[in-house]
Amino acid sequence: MWQWLYKLGSPRHFYEMTSTFLPWLTFVTYFLLIVGLVWGLGFAPRDYQMGDNYRIIYIHVPLALGALWVYVMMAVMAAMHMIWNIKVADMVAKSCAVVGVSYCAVALFTGAMWGKRIWGVYWIWDAKLTSFLILFFIYIGVMALRSAFDSETSASKAASVLTLVGIVNLPIVYYASVWWNTLHQPPSRLSLSAEGANPPEIWIPVFFTGFGLIGLVFLLVILRTRNEILWRERRAQWVQDLVKQELSRA
Amino acid sequence: MSRHSVGVLGSLRATFMRELLIIWRSPGDMVNPLMFFVIAVSLFPLGGDPSPAYLSGIAAGVVWVTALLAVMLSMESLFRGDYEDGSLEQLLLSPQPLYFHLLAKVAGHWLLTGLPLVLLSPLLAMMLALPEQAYAPLMLGLLLGTPTLNLIGAIGMALTVGLGRSGLLLAVLVLPLSIPVLVFGTGMVQTALAGLPFTGLAALLGALLALALSLAPLAIGAALRISVN
Repeated sequence: MWQWLYKLGSPRHFYEMTSTFLPWLTFVTYFLLIVGLVWGLGFAPRDYQMGDNYRIIYIHVPLALGALWVYVMMAVMAAMHMIWNIKVADMVAKSCAVVGVSYCAVALFTGAMWGKRIWGVYWIWDAKLTSFLILFFIYIGVMALRSAFDSETSASKAASVLTLVGIVNLPIVYYASVWWNTLHQPPSRLSLSAEGANPPEIWIPVFFTGFGLIGLVFLLVILRTRNEILWRERRAQWVQDLVKQELSRA
Repeated sequence: MSRHSVGVLGSLRATFMRELLIIWRSPGDMVNPLMFFVIAVSLFPLGGDPSPAYLSGIAAGVVWVTALLAVMLSMESLFRGDYEDGSLEQLLLSPQPLYFHLLAKVAGHWLLTGLPLVLLSPLLAMMLALPEQAYAPLMLGLLLGTPTLNLIGAIGMALTVGLGRSGLLLAVLVLPLSIPVLVFGTGMVQTALAGLPFTGLAALLGALLALALSLAPLAIGAALRISVN
């Protein structure tokens, strides 16, 4: 177990290990996403209140959870990078930022689309919306800081520090916006009214798309990390051998 | 004199006095954030609506947001000079704990840039037609909030000090992190205007300050070590 983890810390082993299970992960992710989306968008029954508008949950809810969860993963990786100086951890964190900011952006966009149909407005300064917007800003900050440095080592350390500061800040942001929201506006019932009341035909596809989108997080993070490994290790013999091998096959 | 003869307290005082002296000798670093504060606040009646009814509604937010921006703009002088003349490296190498050095440094910086903002805030509140009962919560909030903003800003400044010009990047990093302080600070004024007790929100601001005092120096120290590298 420990040895396995230790090996993952080496860029080369990370690359080789992910090569073996990447086809499986790709297959499972696509399977879950296709089944979930076809079922959810095509066959699940209409909601009696929201009609077809409710179908956003099949994408929006998993994306929003994913965006939060990727941040936690990024923070764990940043801590590992700071404490043990594991380079792969930083490469994963760098990939997490890109995936996280995309999930956040799409979650905000799909939320706005749903909000326009159901609330009549694209945007409300509600606690959940606001804290997601701030999460989006923090992702942008981490990415901006990383791209500002010329040296890869300084960039990775600085981004790690900011990521860790951000994770301390996120719960405070959430509670601050809840408090601020309840202070200024009447509490709005924004949740998908009484989740327990919905029949399983509506909820089962959510699990498919949910796990599918989590699979997609891993898939995208791993693919980006592999590219990053190839780029940073481009002078290493094994990468050059790999490239030659691929070129001769093509 | 052996370098170990300076104790933690002695070094703390030395760093603090040095910070005061540095700012005192370059008055621009002290006065410019204040001028920014006054000018930016006075843009709102000019750009918006000068009627007292409108202004009193936005006064708390405007004063807080401009104070936040002024604090952020003042951060440049905290590490920039030290980075350029090499004294930042000496600070990192000193045998006394960096944690206390940084606390002393930020405290000195706050005393000459943050505290004047707090003291000037009632004047601006008056110009924005804020009712008088809101002056106390505004000042108390800024008194508890600006040190936190200084500590958060110092993290951002420490991360970017090695990059040459850090202005806009600093804003992108620091502003999202400062939002809780802003929310609680303006919340205090709004609660006071509604005639409710605002001590709960003051306690939350105090809690944020305590958290920032205990954790921010660690992050600032780690960031400085990366930048000086």
